Amino acid sequence: MEQPDRIPKAALAFLRLFLRKDLLDEVTGDLQEMYALTRKKRSRLVTRLVIWYEVMHYLRPFAIRKATMHYVNPYPMYKSYLKTALRNMLRNKLHAFINITGLSVGMAVTITIALWIIDEMTYEKHFDNYSRVGRVLQNVTNNGEVQTWWSLPWPLADELRKNYGTDFSAVVLTSGVNTHLLATADEKRLNKRGLFAEPQFSSVFSLKMQAGSADALTDQASVLLSLSTAKALFGDADPIGAMLTIDRDQKMTVKVGGVYEDMPSNSEFANLDFVAAWDLLASATSWIRTIGDPWRPNAFDIYVQLNDHATFEGASARIRDAKLKKVNEALAKKKPALFIHPMSQWHLYSEFDNGIQTGGRIQYVWLFGITGAFVLLMACINFMNLSTARSEKRSKEVGIRKAIGSFRGQLINQFFTESILTAFLSLAMAVLLVMILLPSFNTITGKAVTLQWLNPLWWGAGIGFCIVIGIIAGSYPALYLSSIQSVKAIKGVNKAGRSSSLFRKTLVTTQFTISVVLIIGTTIVYQQIQYAKNRPIGYNTNGLVAVPMVNEVHKHFDAVKDALEKTGAIVSMAESASLTTDQSSSTSQLDWNGKDPDLSVDFATGGGSYDYGATVGWEIIMGRDFSRDHPSDSTALILNEAAVNYMGLKNPIGETIRWSGTPCTVIGVIKDIITRSPYEPVTPTLYYLSTWSDSYWILRINPAVSATDALAKIESAYKKYNSEVPFSYQFMDTTYALKFGDEERIATLSTMFTTLAIFISCLGIFGLSSFTAEQRMKEIGIRKVMGATVFQLWQLISVDFVVLVLVSGVIAIPLAYFAMSSWLEHYSYHVGISWWIFTAAIAGTVIVTIITVSWHTMLAAAMNPVKTLRAE
Amino acid sequence: MIETKLGDFEEVLMLIIGILGEDESYAFRIAQEFKDQTGRPVSIGAVHSTLDRLANKGFLKSELREGASDRGARKKRIYSITALGKRVIKESMEFKVALWKQYPAFSGKFNMSI
Repeated sequence: MEQPDRIPKAALAFLRLFLRKDLLDEVTGDLQEMYALTRKKRSRLVTRLVIWYEVMHYLRPFAIRKATMHYVNPYPMYKSYLKTALRNMLRNKLHAFINITGLSVGMAVTITIALWIIDEMTYEKHFDNYSRVGRVLQNVTNNGEVQTWWSLPWPLADELRKNYGTDFSAVVLTSGVNTHLLATADEKRLNKRGLFAEPQFSSVFSLKMQAGSADALTDQASVLLSLSTAKALFGDADPIGAMLTIDRDQKMTVKVGGVYEDMPSNSEFANLDFVAAWDLLASATSWIRTIGDPWRPNAFDIYVQLNDHATFEGASARIRDAKLKKVNEALAKKKPALFIHPMSQWHLYSEFDNGIQTGGRIQYVWLFGITGAFVLLMACINFMNLSTARSEKRSKEVGIRKAIGSFRGQLINQFFTESILTAFLSLAMAVLLVMILLPSFNTITGKAVTLQWLNPLWWGAGIGFCIVIGIIAGSYPALYLSSIQSVKAIKGVNKAGRSSSLFRKTLVTTQFTISVVLIIGTTIVYQQIQYAKNRPIGYNTNGLVAVPMVNEVHKHFDAVKDALEKTGAIVSMAESASLTTDQSSSTSQLDWNGKDPDLSVDFATGGGSYDYGATVGWEIIMGRDFSRDHPSDSTALILNEAAVNYMGLKNPIGETIRWSGTPCTVIGVIKDIITRSPYEPVTPTLYYLSTWSDSYWILRINPAVSATDALAKIESAYKKYNSEVPFSYQFMDTTYALKFGDEERIATLSTMFTTLAIFISCLGIFGLSSFTAEQRMKEIGIRKVMGATVFQLWQLISVDFVVLVLVSGVIAIPLAYFAMSSWLEHYSYHVGISWWIFTAAIAGTVIVTIITVSWHTMLAAAMNPVKTLRAE
Repeated sequence: MIETKLGDFEEVLMLIIGILGEDESYAFRIAQEFKDQTGRPVSIGAVHSTLDRLANKGFLKSELREGASDRGARKKRIYSITALGKRVIKESMEFKVALWKQYPAFSGKFNMSI
């Protein structure tokens, strides 16, 4: 069956597009007759073509519809919208102020957070080989628990190159980044951070050379400097070819072979001041050359660059056992499994739990991202709430405008202009706020983010957002109010019904739910920090100072110690292999009677001179400290409680532990000292007596002497035997406090954001309460005349808001509970969540709400009823 | 010289309207008749456009009539010649006859009277 024989629909539709309305009927009729007539003689296709032909021939001036819209210059109308919008703002200064402040604070928070997130997300992106470079890590198994280690033995680099080279276009062995003393020929000395790397480092990490050659590292007597370091050392003179000594070691005298552009701050190698040759380190460091089994110490970093066809997964799988095959039997027990950590994950995904990647900083990115979104949402809610609330008041205006002859379209335009204008003013304020606040934000976060004035994406996003939020917030008054009949509007019959007030209530509840969650979250973050801070450290950090040491001074240690103690500047001092806040070495070569042969051991080791314990103030709970009275103490050990528990010793004193084969006697047990994270259990540690030159002096300043005086005396004593290395020191309490850096940073930031969130929600209910109070002015007047007290009236209005806040609290509790308990699970040493936090958070919010609302309700309640009732 | 005011096509259309009479003179039928009479096809649009122009000049008048089912019950616009229109085509013809009479080769050989 064919389609019914009729004029082609498309032809008719086309005709309708242009034909004068009054001609449509007759022309269609004619075409129909034409069709019927032609169809009798010709095929369907031809008939159709004929009809198309006829339709086309109606494209004549007389038949074409004239454009009905006559052109009106829209410019004066927009001018009028803008003018009216500005006048409206000026007339309702409070309303405009609340709107703009709230929205701009919200936008400022979001912009700041967005800047932060972008900075976090763009880490390492500046490297040309971003997607091809990775770092080799190892998972080692200690008694069934998998740990991820970042360092590797140095022969592994060659092994990877030789036997697994198909996947890699480069394998680069480097030392860790450490501070070294650089000295120029004319005795200029600076401490700079740098590393020793194999030559391909400069191409793998795409060093941008400013002078000299990136290949300079092939010569072990060459060094590459960052531009800022070159400037600092040589000023404006040409640094290429100049001589430098690293760590005043004659074996490490090098020539500057190139200068590279400083790496950006969002880089793994930010502040990398120099790169020297790995071969130089190897030839200058005796233990690297002389060590019996170079596969033992995990002390170096290995980076790889993949070939074009290789994948991280494939290469990881292939190199998995590269180390296992080479290490001795004791280390093989740890089953070291290698894998490659891609560069794109270095910054945000660098936490491993039991060998599995568990995220890392990405959690903060999410946390702040969500917070930012919520704060912005709250600000938008305010804006919408206030616009809808106020729109009811403006229905009279709409009525009159309509009566005078406004089109609906013009009213819609006017309302939209108003709300979009508000949004844009807020954006301007927000940008201003961000400019003011960014420096302090950078201090808190330790970043250097800036507003990207030239990035069109930002502008697009900002402008787009303003228009969208303006349209959303303005849609209720624009679309609803403009639709009502002018008579009704003028009479005031129009009262936006329950639905609009229910909508507002929902939004306010959402706002306060977010606020309460944020309050609870911040409180728990603070509690957790406080909890960890209150954890017994195991020694006394007050007045404890560490000074990095050099060989010359070690020889005169006793003389320095006596002199300083005599001046009364210090109470005691000792030498130490590492800072008390740090754990720099560990050993697995331990054996003792009754040790389970399968037990794999990884104990931290801490070395100190005599008086080390007394100086740091550790607490001996069994046995005794090292003493000059016992010459045999050179092979004595002191354990911490964690070690005793780990070894399962009932009676540790007098036990013999063989450390790398040397039998050592346990003479004492101390209370655990926190050397690593205050949130983690303490590592089993053994302390030994060291008599050789160590890395640090540890000094306890006499509390009776001011720190400045004491430091001055320490410095002069230090300088007496050493004029070359600049004196530097650190207070252990500040160093210890750095362990809380990340958490405190979060706490500071989340406090900031929470405060702003609460501020925004309060601004919102402040505006809403002003509106309610105004609207119910007459009611209040009448009630007052009838004998209501001010308190009763105040109650009448406030109770609505309090109920909303209580509802928010109930919703917020489970949300906050789940969010925070999962956060706390990251810390093995963490605080419990107690119910009072929830109560306090809700009570606090209610009080703030009451205070905010009271301003207007009290004004309204206290007003003389004559004033409100006089009109009408 | 007298201005004719009518084009050839216009004049033919007016004559066809006269031939078709009150019931049939709408655009489609006129176009058909034109084709039948002259053997030249013409589009309805062209005819319609000319009819419209003639109506504007006051030579034609039109009215809408209910259409039959063969045109989907669409209305049709019936054109008829106004008094002015009649005078104009008559003048046009007389003018041409006058011209013919002045043509020496044909003079007296035609006996044209209207």
